[in-house]
Amino acid sequence: MADVLAWLTDPANWSGQGGIPAQALAHLRYSVIALLLACLVAVPLGLYVGHTGRGRVVAVNIAGAFRAIPSLGVLFIAVLLLLPRLRGELAFEAPSIIVLVLLAVPPVLSGVYAGIEQVDPAARDAAHGMGMRPWQVLAQVEVPCALPLAIAGIRSGMLQIIATATIAAVVGLGGLGRFLIDGQAVRDYPQMAGGALLVAALALGTDLVLGLAQRAVVSPGLTGGTGLRARSATALDRRLARG
Amino acid sequence: MIRLEGVGKRYPDGTVAVDDLSLEAPRGRITVLVGPSGCGKTTTLRMINRMVEPTSGRILVDGEDTAGMDAARLRRSIGYVIQHAGLFPHRTVLGNVMTVPRLHGWSRARARERAREVLELVGLEPAHARRYPSQLSGGQQQRVGVARALAADPDVLLMDEPFSAVDPVVRGGLQQEFLALQERLGTTIVLVTHDIDEAIRLGHRIAVLREGGTLAQFSSPADLLAHPADDFVADFVGADRGYRALSFQRAQVPIHAEQPLREGTGHAPGSGEAWRLVIDADGRPLGWRHTDDPEERLRLGGTLAQQDGTLRSMLDAALSAPSGRGVVVDDRGVLVGTVRADEVLRAIQQAPRPTGDTVRTAEGTE
Repeated sequence: MADVLAWLTDPANWSGQGGIPAQALAHLRYSVIALLLACLVAVPLGLYVGHTGRGRVVAVNIAGAFRAIPSLGVLFIAVLLLLPRLRGELAFEAPSIIVLVLLAVPPVLSGVYAGIEQVDPAARDAAHGMGMRPWQVLAQVEVPCALPLAIAGIRSGMLQIIATATIAAVVGLGGLGRFLIDGQAVRDYPQMAGGALLVAALALGTDLVLGLAQRAVVSPGLTGGTGLRARSATALDRRLARG
Repeated sequence: MIRLEGVGKRYPDGTVAVDDLSLEAPRGRITVLVGPSGCGKTTTLRMINRMVEPTSGRILVDGEDTAGMDAARLRRSIGYVIQHAGLFPHRTVLGNVMTVPRLHGWSRARARERAREVLELVGLEPAHARRYPSQLSGGQQQRVGVARALAADPDVLLMDEPFSAVDPVVRGGLQQEFLALQERLGTTIVLVTHDIDEAIRLGHRIAVLREGGTLAQFSSPADLLAHPADDFVADFVGADRGYRALSFQRAQVPIHAEQPLREGTGHAPGSGEAWRLVIDADGRPLGWRHTDDPEERLRLGGTLAQQDGTLRSMLDAALSAPSGRGVVVDDRGVLVGTVRADEVLRAIQQAPRPTGDTVRTAEGTE
């Protein structure tokens, strides 16, 4: 344990191209790109399935099947297929990112469609009945009400991406996975353990940021009236009522 | 005015929800659609704002066929209130009420201004405006639902079981306010309920539907009670329809002078009566006191009848008072006198039975 701490606090490990900050940044870059691509696929699909109720069974099955895909296997197949077609680092980056996207699509997809599906039917009925057009119902009622579950799906997808992005190092790319792979190659266990801790810290940190974003965009009315703002308002009213 | 001409709804699987329905909801009046479950009353209501598309016949709003209109535009011009209010949980009360004005393209400031007005109109305190629906009681949510429907000042309001999800204790008061509000705004209302008492209480015109979506009877409440069209309607209207019909009758009933006790004066010289009515300083009745009661307890029993009230309210006042003397008050709640049950009954005997063409006026609501 002391060795791990020594590795983590060694200034030499915190500078240069292969240093912790540079690798963490590379790790984060793959992860964010993968998450954005996954959202690009899964969010419109989830909105469509949730809003129309069509293709629900297909979506559930695809999401389930995607979860069962072995990441490492896909990585090697993708590298083999893309290597002759792409040049330089991209030939390895593209397969890594594809693997991460496949990983994040199921949680984001199910979060979005489950979020849309659980919208109170009475609220949806009222929205149509007041003269909203279908896209207004989606944008003004269904999406805002789906946000808690949709963001939960995105957060869970991001956690999986960050944990799995270590495999980019397997095909010779950067990221915090470098410390795991390189450490294992030379049996430097403190370096491996330190790398693992860094991955966990990065995952927690990212989740914290997404959690704050969630609090900022989700209406306090959806947190069951127990939202901080909502609760303090009620307490204030009660105090006023008592005089 | 809303006119249904031979309207029907048949689903692709052959089920008929509504069959060849023709009726007219008069302008500025409350028309109630009532019937057992599965009679197509909600489907009928939803065909008016095209939430359900009719498969036959046509529906005219102010003479214009709704089939040719843009559905979303049509719905924006018609207020819509549903059973569980259907408020948007992510929007504040104010935001909910601003919805339709915003859909009409009003500026945020103007919509907010209007929303505040309507919230006041439905009796919600301004403090509620910034709350979220989950922080409100069922009754308050339903008020917001009504405010939201009225926000763009529609000529027509459709209401689907608006009071049935509300606590019975709150319901009576809400219905009362609703009637006063309708009278004030003159909105044309079509309301769906399964509760015949509510229909009689609220409706100027009542359409009784039977299973299969056909019209069993369409008439005024008094007429419905006096002349049910057939056994189905008679059965649906219920056993005590004769008594209920008294809600629509007024007649001269002798009012006796009462010698009340003023509150706090203790034993006043006896008037010979065992029960004495106690009034407050303004002359409003407080309750009855028995002269033999050493503790001088005040019995609150007894409903009050208005001076120009219906025979039903007079009879009820007389029957519910411990003294057997029904208390009659004027419109400020000040004691006028008392009525006797036997004399009310005599007035009922002498009053003409309701006929087929009795139409309840807007002023005739209890």
